[in-house]
Amino acid sequence: MTDPEILRYTQETGDFSRMLESIPYAIWIGLQCEQFGDDLIFRLPCKDSNLGNPILPAIHGGVIGGFMEMSANIYLIMSQESLRMPRIVDFSLDYLRAGLNRETYAECRLTRQGNRVANVMVSAWQKSRSQPIATARAHFLLED
Amino acid sequence: MNDEIRRKRVTRFIDTLNQAKELGLTVTEAKKGSLTLCLPYSDRIIGNPDTGVIHGGAITTLMDTTSGCVILCSLEEFELCPTLDLRVDYMRPASPRKPVYARAETYRVTRNIIFTRCEAFQEGGETIANCVATFMRIGKDASPKHYRDLITGGEE
Repeated sequence: MTDPEILRYTQETGDFSRMLESIPYAIWIGLQCEQFGDDLIFRLPCKDSNLGNPILPAIHGGVIGGFMEMSANIYLIMSQESLRMPRIVDFSLDYLRAGLNRETYAECRLTRQGNRVANVMVSAWQKSRSQPIATARAHFLLED
Repeated sequence: MNDEIRRKRVTRFIDTLNQAKELGLTVTEAKKGSLTLCLPYSDRIIGNPDTGVIHGGAITTLMDTTSGCVILCSLEEFELCPTLDLRVDYMRPASPRKPVYARAETYRVTRNIIFTRCEAFQEGGETIANCVATFMRIGKDASPKHYRDLITGGEE
């Protein structure tokens, strides 16, 4: 997904700007990431081009999916001891509330890390972490 | 309702979805209960800059949009149906610099829930991803009449 040099820089400094600037899709939806101690919080700022339903208006469900999927991917890279590139196998997403046109956040949890497969849970929210707008689960294949 | 009306409704609907419009999604084929949309290749949606492979998120948006829009090809009247859940299985990365198509069908329509399945593929027919989704029917009156008229073009 990205240059090993950029990955090393990101792991050492906790500065995600170089990594995110190297991924066009992250720029396209506006994904941001910040590190708080060991925790990573992903952020999707308001962006008109991310909208789907024009009546509410609400963020396109696919963008919420893409945001959560990329969050899980970056989270997994950062949680590895060595540089391993995860490849997504499947992604299962439950929409719980409309994602309104406001800033969205996501956090991830590594549910299970095997030798070759990892299972990651993702939760996304807007107003309050206790009221998620979507939850997701993804399996990744890990290659050295 | 004929296939031409289905195509027009889906085209007008996509036109109101900013992200779908920005991605350049277009209708390839609209039939009763099935729909094919096309996602053109673009440098802006690349997930892997080394290979030029587009990000899974763009495929998810293509499949979510196709699965949501196929409902317009199944129901006589336009109803906005929110997505309950979506499950995507990735078979292989999409070949760069080529469009990706998604073909969806509604395989069961009930009073409350609509079940869809969808396949993303490229020229040559190799499957990129499969997706199943469920949508909730909240009734046509859940969306304002002016919006329904915009999608149906006032025709019935």
